[in-house]
Amino acid sequence: MEALNAQIDKQKEYLTQLDQAIGDGDHGINMTRGFKEVINKIHQTAYDDIGKLFQDIGMTLVSKVGGASGPLYGTAFIKAGQVLKGKQGITISELGQALQESVNGIKLRGKSQVGDKTMLDVWEPVTKYIQQSGNTLNIRKLISYAREQMENTKGLEAKKGRASFLGKRSIGHLDPGAVSSYLLFETLCSILPEN
Amino acid sequence: MKKLINNPEQVVRDMIDGMVFAHPDKLKNLPGTNVLIRAHAPSQGKVALVSGGGSGHEPSHAGYVGAGMLDAAVAGEVFTSPTPDQILEAIKAVDTGNGVLLIIKNYSGDLMNFEMAAELAEAEGIQVAKVIVNDDVAVENSTYTTGRRGIAGTVFVHKIAGALAEKGASLKEVEQVANKVIQHVRSMGVAFTPCTVPAAGKPSFEIGETEMEIGIGIHGEPGTHRTAVATADEIAEILLSRILDDMKLISGDQVAVMINGLGGTPLMELYILNKKVSQILKNRNISVYDTYVGEYMTAIEMAGCSITLLKLDDQLIELLEAPADTIAWKK
Repeated sequence: MEALNAQIDKQKEYLTQLDQAIGDGDHGINMTRGFKEVINKIHQTAYDDIGKLFQDIGMTLVSKVGGASGPLYGTAFIKAGQVLKGKQGITISELGQALQESVNGIKLRGKSQVGDKTMLDVWEPVTKYIQQSGNTLNIRKLISYAREQMENTKGLEAKKGRASFLGKRSIGHLDPGAVSSYLLFETLCSILPEN
Repeated sequence: MKKLINNPEQVVRDMIDGMVFAHPDKLKNLPGTNVLIRAHAPSQGKVALVSGGGSGHEPSHAGYVGAGMLDAAVAGEVFTSPTPDQILEAIKAVDTGNGVLLIIKNYSGDLMNFEMAAELAEAEGIQVAKVIVNDDVAVENSTYTTGRRGIAGTVFVHKIAGALAEKGASLKEVEQVANKVIQHVRSMGVAFTPCTVPAAGKPSFEIGETEMEIGIGIHGEPGTHRTAVATADEIAEILLSRILDDMKLISGDQVAVMINGLGGTPLMELYILNKKVSQILKNRNISVYDTYVGEYMTAIEMAGCSITLLKLDDQLIELLEAPADTIAWKK
C-alpha cells in the first residue's frame, strides 16, 4: 500500500488530466486523498490477518474517495478481504480467487461489463490471466498484459460513467479508471517475488 | 487560478462553516460531517428528503434545505459525489420513523454512493426510497449508456416533493410525486467557458474564444458537441427545440420555465435568453405559468446556462405554489 500510495500520488496530475478529457477532472485528486487516508489508517493498526487489512483498506476508500471510484475500489478491496479472511500469507491461486470476488463486486456495484471503457477492462482480464497462469505466473508478462488491457480502453466508446455522456467523443482517450487500475496491478507486481 | 479560497483542500469545509454562520436560523452542520440539515431538524411526523452531490453547484444543494423543501443536503468534494457514510449520517439525522426519500441525480458516482447509503440505512431499520433525476435531453437515453444526466430540473423535484412531504404525505406518495416531476421535466445547457476545480488548479477543458459547447452538464465535462458561438436567440432555439422535441408538448399545455445560470453568466444575459424562450413558447401556444431566472444549479464559475421546462398539471401547480423558506427558494 505504501508503494501504491506513492505511485498514485506521483500520477495524480496525469490521472486528473485523463479525467479532464472525458470525465470531470478529479480522478487523481480523489484517489490521492483516499490512498493517503489508507496509509494513515493502516499505520495505526498491526495486522496479522490479510483479510482484515483488505477490509480496512476498502472501508477507508469507500468513505474517503467519493465519486464512482470510492465505491468501486472500496468494494474491490472489501470483497477480496472476505476471501482472504484469517490468512497471513497468500498463494497465487488464492490471489486469483480474491481478485475474482473483487471483479464480481465491481460488476455488481457499477452494473458494468467488460468493454464499457471502465476499470473493469483491466480488472477482469488481469484476474483471468492470473488464474490461468497458476504457478507459472510471469510477473513481467503480467505487467505488459495489464498495460495492453489498459491501452485497449483508448479505442472503446464509454458505456458507463460520466464519459458515456460524450458518446463517440470518448473514443481516443484512455479510461482514467483503467489507468489507475493498471497502476495498482503494476505496483502489486513490483512487490511480488519474481517467480 | 485566482479564487477566493484559503486552501484547495479546505474549500468545502470553509464553505459549509460560512453558510451556517450566514444562516443559523435555517441551517446547521451535523458535527463531524459535510451534512447540512434544517436548523430545527428532525421535523416530527413528516417524510424526510435528503439530496446532495458534489460541491460547486451552489446554491444546490444546501440552498434548498428548509421548510417546504429538503431536510438535509450532503456536500461531497467539489464535483465529487458524497460518500456513503456521510449520506447515512444525513439519513439518520432527519428520519422521524416515517421514511426518507433520497433524491439522486443520474451520475454513476452519485448512484453508487447513495445506493450503498440506502443499503446501510435499511440495515438499521430505516425505510428508504430513491428517485433518480435525469432531465438532460442532451444525452440520448438508451439501454447501452448510463442514460441522461440529472441537472437543474432537480430543483423542481426538491420543491414539489418537499411540498407534498410537508403536507404529511406518506413515503410512497412523496416518491410518486417526485417521479411524476422527473417524467415531466426536461433541460438542456450550453457553456462558453470551462471552470476550474480548486484542487485541480486549472480549467477542466479548453474552448476557443469563438466556440461553445452544446449539451453541457454541470461538472465541467465537455458537452455533446462543439460549435461556433451563436446569438442568444439562436441558442434559445437550439436548446428549446431539443427540449420540445423530447417533451411532446401540445398547444394549450402549461409549463414552468427555469433559465439557470452556470455561475459565470450575468442575469442580464439570462433575461435576454428568456425573451426568446418566452416568444417561442407563446408561438407554440404553450402557456408559461411561472418563470425562474437565476442561479439554481451552477458549475463553479462556468459561463453558460441551461433551460428547464416542467409540464404542469393542477397537482404540480398547487405544490409549486406551496410555501417554502430556504436560502435559495422562498414562496
